[in-house]
Amino acid sequence: MTTYAFFQHYWWFLISLLGGLLTFLLFIQGGQSMLFSLSKTEDEKRLLVNVLGRKWEYTFTTLVTFGGAFFASFPLFYSTSFGGAYWVWVIILFAFTIQAFSYEFQSKPGNVYGKTTYRSLLFINGLLGTFLLGVAVATFFTGSDFTVGKDNITNIASPVISRWGSGWHGLEALLCPRNLFLGLAIFFLARTQATLFFINRLKHEVLENRSHKYLLYNAIPFVVFFLAFLISIFLSEGFAVQDNGAVYMEKYKYLHNLIEMPVVGILFLLGVLTVLYGIIASILKQSFKKGIWFSGVGTVVTVTMLLLIAGYNNTSFYPSSSDLQSSLTIFNASSSEFTLKAMSWASILVPIVAGYIFIAWRALEKKKTDMDDINSDSHAY
Amino acid sequence: MELLDVSLINWSRGQFALTAMYHWIFVPLTLGVGVVMAIMETLYYKTGKEEWKKATKFWMTLFGVNFACGVATGIILEFQFGTNWSNYSWFVGDIFGAPLAIEGMLAFFLEATFISIMFFGWKKVSKGFHLASTWLVMLGATFSALWILVANAWMQHPIGMEFNPDTARNEMVSFWSILLSPIALNKFFHTVLSGWVLGALFVVGVSSWFILKKRELDFALRSIKIGAIFGFISTILIIATGDGSAYHVAQKQPMKLAAMEGLYEGKAGANIVAMGLLNPDKQYDNEEETFIVKMDVPVPKLLSLLGYRDGDAFVPGIKDIIHGYTLSDGTEVSSFAEKQVSGKKAIQALNDYREAKATGNDSLAVAHKAVLDEHFANFGYGYLEKPADLIPNVALVFYSFHIMVALGMLFLVIFMAVWFFHWKKKLENVRWLLWGSLFSIPLGYLATQLGWVVAEVGRQPWAIQDVLPVQAAVSSISTGSVQLTFFLFLALFTALLIAEIRIMVKQIQKGPGNE
Ligand code: HEM
Repeated sequence: MTTYAFFQHYWWFLISLLGGLLTFLLFIQGGQSMLFSLSKTEDEKRLLVNVLGRKWEYTFTTLVTFGGAFFASFPLFYSTSFGGAYWVWVIILFAFTIQAFSYEFQSKPGNVYGKTTYRSLLFINGLLGTFLLGVAVATFFTGSDFTVGKDNITNIASPVISRWGSGWHGLEALLCPRNLFLGLAIFFLARTQATLFFINRLKHEVLENRSHKYLLYNAIPFVVFFLAFLISIFLSEGFAVQDNGAVYMEKYKYLHNLIEMPVVGILFLLGVLTVLYGIIASILKQSFKKGIWFSGVGTVVTVTMLLLIAGYNNTSFYPSSSDLQSSLTIFNASSSEFTLKAMSWASILVPIVAGYIFIAWRALEKKKTDMDDINSDSHAY
Repeated sequence: MELLDVSLINWSRGQFALTAMYHWIFVPLTLGVGVVMAIMETLYYKTGKEEWKKATKFWMTLFGVNFACGVATGIILEFQFGTNWSNYSWFVGDIFGAPLAIEGMLAFFLEATFISIMFFGWKKVSKGFHLASTWLVMLGATFSALWILVANAWMQHPIGMEFNPDTARNEMVSFWSILLSPIALNKFFHTVLSGWVLGALFVVGVSSWFILKKRELDFALRSIKIGAIFGFISTILIIATGDGSAYHVAQKQPMKLAAMEGLYEGKAGANIVAMGLLNPDKQYDNEEETFIVKMDVPVPKLLSLLGYRDGDAFVPGIKDIIHGYTLSDGTEVSSFAEKQVSGKKAIQALNDYREAKATGNDSLAVAHKAVLDEHFANFGYGYLEKPADLIPNVALVFYSFHIMVALGMLFLVIFMAVWFFHWKKKLENVRWLLWGSLFSIPLGYLATQLGWVVAEVGRQPWAIQDVLPVQAAVSSISTGSVQLTFFLFLALFTALLIAEIRIMVKQIQKGPGNE
């Protein structure tokens, strides 16, 4: 492998990993989507808001870093997808923007719109943020309607390189059932993991019991939609790339990738099993509180591998269904070798970042959270 | 193929400006108050005095409210490069993306991680750990400013890159020259300092209000002293770095300098305008007077001196830049028309190069590449139509610049006066000064916003100086879509700002005593 190809693979791996971490951390959004159902009394709501509120920034920061890293390593994706699937991304952004102030503002006097408004914004973030991110990622497998023409830059009157075909600018993805499957799968996964998180973190009998019930209600649709998505992509054609860079449709491409990259395939299966173990063990045994760790690690691994399947082994990670040869691969969409290398140096510091996140997380989570905790905290929401 | 229309470019610019300006309402205060609260907590750590802890927590709460708004507006800003400036994202993403990625990886996580300890850890971690967390939050915020300002400085003066005709984009060739560019460092300090000045004005103003109300006197006098000293030092430094900014602008963006000073006809030994009223009828190609009234700074030849470090140096005006000129050191600078021709040659050569490559004619490709290299410095001029395209909105840049500088001088006086009367232990009686300090808070916001107006409006039409004008940087979406998102964001941000201000006011009224 030439070094350039190595760095392209390395960065696709990092993007995939960030995607995996982000999907896990969406449990915050999942929890927000249950603010009006899982918790009934004001005290219960407050408790949920506060346990989620101490962690929301991790999800948010991961999303921002995911975006930044994608921009830096595969800028052609950034320009093609963001500028093209405009409405999907704008709605996702909007959904996250309204989260950023809603924790901080909701209990402060003078917040103008009242507690319920801010909680509703959190609810919307939980709903749209998860679902639409799932839909957007599904198009990595199902394709979108765009063209890329680098020669356009020399057309003075109309120099835009990436152009979107559909006037719906991304919303058309909602018409494809396979995209919806992944969107719904991510939505229910986030909620499933939220219940596991509550079971792990809360010292509150009523909420714990209810979380157990909700776990079941959400885990079932999650499994159904996730399987539907997997089956539909594994059995369908995929966007394969020849050595000369030409893109063509290959039957069972994603299934082939799973088999032709055995490490990825095995880790993928292990990841799925770990998620299922975390869920099932928590359903079967009320006293089992560590489900979130299993499903969390499992989610990170599964999603990372799924994204590797989308980008490795001569596959187009962002295919164009209307003009195959415009499809993006980790080779034609990446930054230069120099830039990838420079950023790889910076990425060496990531373990340090992970280290201090671990220390900080532990420092705040020595024991479970209950109402007394919140009442005695001067910064509680 | 649809043609790019002007309204799309203007709405896209408007949306970016809207988001950036809202973002910049929140961020500078975070930068400034962050330092103040870290200093106060350090004093608490050292002295063990509960009063310092109380003060720290008070400013921390305001920090938190404000921080959340910075985050909310920031995410849109980042993704907007992709959504609305997609061509830009490809054309320079190889260079521009890296600082953004590193900002996320290294700075945002630092901030986000330790902010949770800072807010929720008072009873859970040791005093030392908590203090370290507060400093790390402040460091994270400042660090993120560094990366994004490196990126901005690079747009104003692109270096460390090479154009690659095969990929049709610019590619990084030197990371360090981008990071350590003197322009980037100067911009970093000037901008972060503007946050410090604002934070100091905020602390001094709010404390003045308490003193005027005769409430929380101990707290207010403690805070105001820190605020005044911190503000005084920051203002001295901002003036010093402002001089650096002006020097760099003169060297690298002469059109911006000319607009800042309303200078149409260049001259040797040029003065700086102290105050002036521009003549709205003035165009670069008519003979109208530039100013209706004008007063120069009494130090002669100051503009030449500051811009070129030589009192007799020639400073080109807008007309000179359009028609071509010769600098005092003998450097000849081409006219707009010449640059435009050269830019068109570069674009054509790129086209020919790519065609030759596509047909496998490598020797022809080499020849076209040579033409491209020769003319690439003017690449962006090839997209411009007429000389007027090169001229930014002179009035906006001129007034913004002069008001920013004047406010800087005013702040210096305020901080000195507050410090002096505090030292004399007479501050409580100098009510005009206390009122004045309170009303300078909005002026601090004004100054820092105007700074960005100078920097960003002043560089129009360039997204990347000389290389990519805004019309070649924008995404291909309908104007209607951008208008819709513009108003969506406007409504959201405005609603957010209203709530933010009311919450801050309530928190301030509540005071530090009653958490
Ligand atoms: C008093 C003397 C000052 C001078 C000579 C000065 C000079 C300048 C110049 C020349 C620029 C444009 C830089 C560029 O385009 O690259 C600038 C930008 C800016 N100024 Fe000032 N300034 C002064 C005071 C202030 C004050 C008091 C504030 C705010 C409290 C401030 C905030 C800013 C900001 C935020 C920017 C935009 C960021 C940047 O380009 O650095 N300035 N200043």
